[in-house]
Amino acid sequence: MKSGIIIFPGSNCDNELQKALESVGSSVIRVWHKEVNLPKNIDIIFLPGGFSFGDYLRPGAIAAKSPILNSIISFGKAGGYIVGICNGFQVLLESDLLTGALLRNKNQKFICKDEKIIIGACDSIFTKNFTSGELVNFPIAHNDGSYFCTDKSLKSLIDNDQIPFSYKENPNGSKASIAGICSLNKRILGLMPHPERVVFEENGGSDGFKFFNSIIENF
Amino acid sequence: MKVRLEIRLNSDILDPQGDAINNALQQMNFKSVSSVRQGKLIELDVKASNQEEAHNLVKKMAEELLVNPIMETYIISMG
Repeated sequence: MKSGIIIFPGSNCDNELQKALESVGSSVIRVWHKEVNLPKNIDIIFLPGGFSFGDYLRPGAIAAKSPILNSIISFGKAGGYIVGICNGFQVLLESDLLTGALLRNKNQKFICKDEKIIIGACDSIFTKNFTSGELVNFPIAHNDGSYFCTDKSLKSLIDNDQIPFSYKENPNGSKASIAGICSLNKRILGLMPHPERVVFEENGGSDGFKFFNSIIENF
Repeated sequence: MKVRLEIRLNSDILDPQGDAINNALQQMNFKSVSSVRQGKLIELDVKASNQEEAHNLVKKMAEELLVNPIMETYIISMG
């Protein structure tokens, strides 16, 4: 599998993400946001965490207008696999590849801690190696992670099994405790927690390894 | 031409910044305040031949970048 990691000014989880992907056997190509075209034969695109463009205007809003995004949007619309983690999730929402918005945390604080995440019913490569209802530990680290969408959108997300990740104890005021959602075709995933931070046991857990392994084994 | 774009969070969305400001005001004994909502003001200097053209330009910018309609509303004013 060949993964592309898109780097924006202010991305800061790209190196961990690269290590995580390499640990499950994927090759990685790093792509600067000013590129117009994606590298050839890329299988999956990752938008990493961080603070692209300093979170100015709204987190992810300016990155969503970067030159590479046109190619990413076309890639996604053609059925390509895309994963946005944390700031990457914000970029996916701002570019309308996923539905909803991420608001300031309810408690008005930057939250950085381990979080229990419930795996939802969702037939995707991201969750295939987990069982529905399984609890995993993924850390979160964000200021704007309170997921919001209209009631109509929420119903549609639930009805179509598009909520692969929910918080056990909602830390940020997210609607329906949502931690991550995916597209209708289950190929575009956005999530606030950081699985790339728990890939190696010596870093505090390996649930993230299972996540990346699920992607590569079921691709 | 100077154009002002005021951006507000939708009224049904929780505004924790506004709440934090309100809490501080209450602590300072401004008891007459019942609620606070915080928004954004963006001032733009736009080349346009008339006000209508400037207004339409900023409206397009709001729709394409400056405002997220899922969570925000906006008002455009001149000068």
